[in-house]
Amino acid sequence: MTAVRRYPVLVALFIGALFMVLPFLIVAVNAVKSPAEYSSNGPLSLPEGVYLDGLKDFWERVDFGQKLVNSVLISGSVALGAVVLSVLNAYAIGIGRIRGRTWVLAFFVLANMLPQEALVYPVYYLSKEAGLYDTRLSVIIVFTVIQAAFGTYLLASVLGQFPREIIEAARIDGANKWQVLWRIVVPVSRPTIGVLLVFFFIWTWNEFLLPLVMLISNDNQTVSVALGVLQGQRLMDATMTNAAALLGVLPALVFFLVFQRTLTRGIAVGAVK
Amino acid sequence: MTVTVERGGRGGRGSRRGPGSRGGDVVEAHHHAKGSRRPRDSYALFLLPGVLAFFAIIVVPFLMNTGVSFTEWQGVGTPKWTGLANYRELMDDSEFWASFRHSLFMVVAMAAVPTVVGLVLAAALFDFVGKHFGSRTVAVLRACFYLPQVLPIAVAGIVWSWILAPENGSLNELLKAIGLGSLQQDWLGDPDLALYTVMGVMVWVQIGFPLVVFMAGLQRVDPQLYEAAELDGAGWWRRFWHITLPQIRPEIYVVLLWCTIAALKVFGAVYVLTKGGPGGATNVPSYFSFTTFFEKTQVGYGAAISTVLTVIILVLALAGLKLQTRAEDAEEGLRV
Repeated sequence: MTAVRRYPVLVALFIGALFMVLPFLIVAVNAVKSPAEYSSNGPLSLPEGVYLDGLKDFWERVDFGQKLVNSVLISGSVALGAVVLSVLNAYAIGIGRIRGRTWVLAFFVLANMLPQEALVYPVYYLSKEAGLYDTRLSVIIVFTVIQAAFGTYLLASVLGQFPREIIEAARIDGANKWQVLWRIVVPVSRPTIGVLLVFFFIWTWNEFLLPLVMLISNDNQTVSVALGVLQGQRLMDATMTNAAALLGVLPALVFFLVFQRTLTRGIAVGAVK
Repeated sequence: MTVTVERGGRGGRGSRRGPGSRGGDVVEAHHHAKGSRRPRDSYALFLLPGVLAFFAIIVVPFLMNTGVSFTEWQGVGTPKWTGLANYRELMDDSEFWASFRHSLFMVVAMAAVPTVVGLVLAAALFDFVGKHFGSRTVAVLRACFYLPQVLPIAVAGIVWSWILAPENGSLNELLKAIGLGSLQQDWLGDPDLALYTVMGVMVWVQIGFPLVVFMAGLQRVDPQLYEAAELDGAGWWRRFWHITLPQIRPEIYVVLLWCTIAALKVFGAVYVLTKGGPGGATNVPSYFSFTTFFEKTQVGYGAAISTVLTVIILVLALAGLKLQTRAEDAEEGLRV
């Protein structure tokens, strides 16, 4: 193909890509404008200087640090818990080949597809009965199980391919099932487990419906819920919305840059599996 | 929503393997030779915590929800059994039908459009940009398209509702700046327009997922196929149609299925962008059940809505998985 035809396609693709990231750029530009500058120059002008008071005000008003701590705590605990649960399940299904494993697996798949709307009210009601309503623990428990449904599904198919000779050799050397799991299966499956950890963390970070219902007090809310509720109340002016948007975007951006390899590799793993 | 669908990329196709491959038979034979014990089943202990947790957190609440859908209940006191009354009421509820109609629009925005655009983009990036401009350029472009996928939907909603604001919103300002001021709209506040605006935002959110899955799928296509086709004088579109599409058909099934399910579940975007408004113009089943549960506190009726949604999703999922397995079997048959 000639260069004459080559470049228009590339330019078109770059314009498309620019359109995808444009909202982020507009947000970043406007988050450092002062309210006066915003109202006189509008959203499209370049900032005259860097004005960080808007961000600072917003941070303090919503106690954003606390929200970050909550999100990290909840997402981190869920990622770890769900991986442990997935590994145990997948060990029994993929390597133990327990009887009825096809049905067990189908059960996990369907559980994974269930809309949260069909669980939300009973979960809300039961957690109130159990005294766990409006605690971070309740959200951690629920999402550990929900994420483990997917993790079981993926890991079981990965472990189904695990080289049997290694396990047999370890068993002959006298290792019990527990030792085989932690000393052999887990270390060998580390790449897949790493992918799951990252995905569980980000998925839980982004969850909205259940945390919205379960976490009502300011001290327990996650970043997503706090921002979503603020937006829903329509109480924010333009500058505040902007600060909210930027502070919401930044952690996602950090995850994206840190985990980009894992994210794309993870999707590749699954698509090939 | 956005991220949930990623599960599909990896999940959907695993079922093909797993149970019943060669390794297991060797072990079984080994054990049978030893005696009639069934040592296999002691692995069931490892499943115990998982199964118990699933019953407590998913099965029990789900059954409760289904049970409540046959009752009238305000969330306190004893539910009153009313049989199918809630479902009969749903059939006559125009709000219910409207919410499912809007779901179809969401399927277009979150499954159909992203799949088609994702296919063209993936093929263009893989087969054209990758070949002529190197993998660096591909990686940068792919990252740009994928970025909205890692964003919490609540944050995406804030970003867009600010951009789409009727006064001082960036989009309207931009239109004014380029002399198209007459096209300015109240994008999310106009009942005739709001649904299409939400659809546009969802396309933006969703497009990265099919793109990344398709690009991963293209990696396993034999490059010789393309070379041979090129030697035969096939143009880009013909290669796309006759090689790319058939080769990554399994990925297309997975993406369509998972994006459709994600579209039926969409909640956060509607909550943050429009709250189902204006005047119910963007109401969807999940948001409808949410408000019925927690604002109207008609728990029985809300449970009925979510049960209908669940049945639709499960039927779709089973049909999709079946179709996919059959397609894969057929394909494997052809290859052998």
